[in-house]
Amino acid sequence: MISFENIVKWIQAFLSAHLPHIWVLAVEAVIIIIAAIALFAILGLVLVIMERRVAAFMQIRFGPNRVGPWGLLQSTADTIKLIMKESIVPDNSDKFLFNLAPFMVMIPAMLILAPINFAKHFFIWDLNIGILFVSSISSISVIGILMGGWASSNKYSLHGAMRSGAQIVSYELSGGLSILTIIVLCGSLKVSDIITAQETGWWIFRGHIPAIIAFVIYMIAVTAETNRAPFDLAEAESELTAGFHTEYSGMRFALFFLAEYINIFIVCAVGATLFFGGWMPFHIGTWHAFNHIMDFIPSSIWFFGKTFFLIFLIMWFRWTFPRLRIDQLLNLEWKYLMPISMVNLLVMTVCAIYHLHF
Amino acid sequence: MFIVEYLKEVTNAVKSLATGMKLTGYYFTHHKEIITQEYPDNRATLKMADRFKGEVVMPHDANNEHACTGCTSCELACPNGSIKVITKFDINADGKKKKAVDQHIYRLDMCTMCGLCIEACPTDAIKMANTFEHSVPDRNMLVKRLNNNGSKIREGVE
Amino acid sequence: MYHINEIVKNNTLIPSILAEADANDYIINIGPQHPATHGVLNLLITLNGETIKKVEPHLGFIHRSMEKMCESLSYRQFIYVTSRMDYLSAHINNHACALLVEKALQIEVPERAQYIRVIMDELTRIASHLLWWGAMAMDMGAFTPYFYAFRERELLTEIMEDTCGARLTMNYMVPGGVMQDPHEKFQHRVTTEFLPLLKSKLHEYEELVTDNIIFQNRVKDVGILSKEDAISYGCSGPTARASGVECDIRKLYPYDIYNKVEFNEVFETAGDSMARYLVRMKEIKESVSIIEQLIDNIPEGDFQAKTKAVLKLPKGEFYQRVETARGELGIFVVSEGGTTPYRIKFRSPGFSNLSCLDHITRGSKIGDLVASMGTLDLVIPDIDR
Repeated sequence: MISFENIVKWIQAFLSAHLPHIWVLAVEAVIIIIAAIALFAILGLVLVIMERRVAAFMQIRFGPNRVGPWGLLQSTADTIKLIMKESIVPDNSDKFLFNLAPFMVMIPAMLILAPINFAKHFFIWDLNIGILFVSSISSISVIGILMGGWASSNKYSLHGAMRSGAQIVSYELSGGLSILTIIVLCGSLKVSDIITAQETGWWIFRGHIPAIIAFVIYMIAVTAETNRAPFDLAEAESELTAGFHTEYSGMRFALFFLAEYINIFIVCAVGATLFFGGWMPFHIGTWHAFNHIMDFIPSSIWFFGKTFFLIFLIMWFRWTFPRLRIDQLLNLEWKYLMPISMVNLLVMTVCAIYHLHF
Repeated sequence: MFIVEYLKEVTNAVKSLATGMKLTGYYFTHHKEIITQEYPDNRATLKMADRFKGEVVMPHDANNEHACTGCTSCELACPNGSIKVITKFDINADGKKKKAVDQHIYRLDMCTMCGLCIEACPTDAIKMANTFEHSVPDRNMLVKRLNNNGSKIREGVE
Repeated sequence: MYHINEIVKNNTLIPSILAEADANDYIINIGPQHPATHGVLNLLITLNGETIKKVEPHLGFIHRSMEKMCESLSYRQFIYVTSRMDYLSAHINNHACALLVEKALQIEVPERAQYIRVIMDELTRIASHLLWWGAMAMDMGAFTPYFYAFRERELLTEIMEDTCGARLTMNYMVPGGVMQDPHEKFQHRVTTEFLPLLKSKLHEYEELVTDNIIFQNRVKDVGILSKEDAISYGCSGPTARASGVECDIRKLYPYDIYNKVEFNEVFETAGDSMARYLVRMKEIKESVSIIEQLIDNIPEGDFQAKTKAVLKLPKGEFYQRVETARGELGIFVVSEGGTTPYRIKFRSPGFSNLSCLDHITRGSKIGDLVASMGTLDLVIPDIDR
């Protein structure tokens, strides 16, 4: 049977048969880099078209449906346009930081791909502190936003960047705490361990109400962390025109834009891993026949299906809700999400200690 | 109780958000509600309102005759000077001179479609057509002559 | 970044906000090209972090010297210019001009025309409030309501198009009545298509925006305008009624057949953005009830009184006010007895309503400024003619 696992094994066997060990590593690294960039490009194109279609259907219109079949090539055409556009650098800007900022947003997004299990035994680097790695690297992206906002020498940009800083730093807390509730349940930070622990059922079903609360808080927190509406204060267009990327144009803007979508994919992939068992198929207790059918669906489809469902949820939020005000945003975090997730963590710890979960 | 109130607040908030999501979710799944008209594709079936004010035209009948006497009422009624009637003197069968329209110049680029000229016309010689695709490569093409070449006034119109 | 003192030093024509600013003030231009200003309004705001210290509106970007323009147009022609003032209540502006000419010349308007005019006014009011609702929600960051509002508004503009031939600047009112008889399907379409559709969708507006917790927090206790301030700033329309000021011209100085229809003047007392929002939402319902009272009872008769071809107003001064979707619109004409006005002055509701913006947003956040501006329902060509 063809699976990602077998392909990886075959490539490894092929390379080690022909090349010395150190060269095998080097070639594999190159393959991974190319694959990661390709994944980024494809994800960017797919997610943009998905967002536009979801928005359109919610707003009782068709959305892009002219370029290519069902408008699927629209985002490709847009990318070509962005590449060909002149990337204007403002006169008073700090040129070095201005040029660096988009990459400072993109590179962390790329790094986080490492521990994610895309399919059964298919990952770049399953390090033993996978989830910690994810949450620590994801906080770096705020530096890129601050950098871009500061270097633009634009008051809107600076304002947006400052808002973004306050927002991301505070929402990481409740995001991290809701991740912890699941870590408490499975007792490991390693992504593959977390997934194997959910073989008998996904944590969101087995973890009683605390797991559901943790999931809700996680979704709110990551929506805020990725600067998506209703928490898109960093780029609130009715207040700050475009926030931190006001002065960016052409491909530099596209990098910011792409990074936003990649970040959504990553946080949703982590959410799917933690709460919905990653690539683990849907199993119901002792219904062996049903479980067997579920096992036939490839693990990569399970993983991407779950991730895209969560991405859809985040898009659904965006196209329904009005935007919060900055003080309400911080109130929500510090007065509601933080206390709730702390109590929730405590309850979950008790559950885990006494093995009260299913 | 503080805790009870706090929890009530949270549940009410979540409920209000869920109703909103239910509504957008309904439209997401019910594509029949889509109201977009795909304009250039539906040209064949697209029907404009009868009275739609698209541009001023002067209807001519089969004998290439119109009803314009050249009285310049429309020119006087127009608030922004988009009509200019150039008159001439026809000599009719009896050898009398009679005022008639030579060129009825209409500037679509200046027209605001207020319809005052139609109101003012005593002989109903001009009317609003419901065409709307007016874009042209050159703005001089928006200056139109409404009376046809060689057309003349219909018998009996005074 | 230029230092503020440098700008002040190098510029002779500086707005007063810059002249008064001290070196630590953080000044941002909102507009003239900005998504929240709905047009070309320039707001110079002084900030202290997120908090607003001062707002100074600057006008003049869309000044078309309408008053001067009207002086060279006849009394039939100047009506069409007013459609371009507050383009969202074009019918009502035209109505005001027609009423003024009729008052001056003592033209008796047929009852049928009066009914049609009032129905058209109320349809325009609904259309204007629907657009405001969508645009305000968009200011708040919710994009979807805009499209829902336009769905209902689209049907309304189609009905208008059937009768008047245009969708936005209809130019339907003429001195002495209306330009054409309503389309034969007009009554049918309003009663069987538009009103049922609007009524069935009003609950969606509540579900999506009014009841939404985020929206409520955004507008409650934001931009509070007290009753006294509303009067002293000359606010009118829903903006003033939200502060509890009794100012509906339709009730106070009824024109056409407004004294024959039964409707309530909508009040709120809080004076905040939520009150302004609720007043407008309730006004939609009131307008629906006015239309329902009139639409099936349009009397037979002429749609236009016989008037002279050339209108000459007698020497004197004439004033006419109407209630547009935004408030009180007054038209003042000085006539020398000729075919064109000697001087004309429009008292537009938006200008007065905008003037309170600085007062109600001081000390609040940038998000509150957007919320207040959204609920003030500003149409820039109305403010700056």
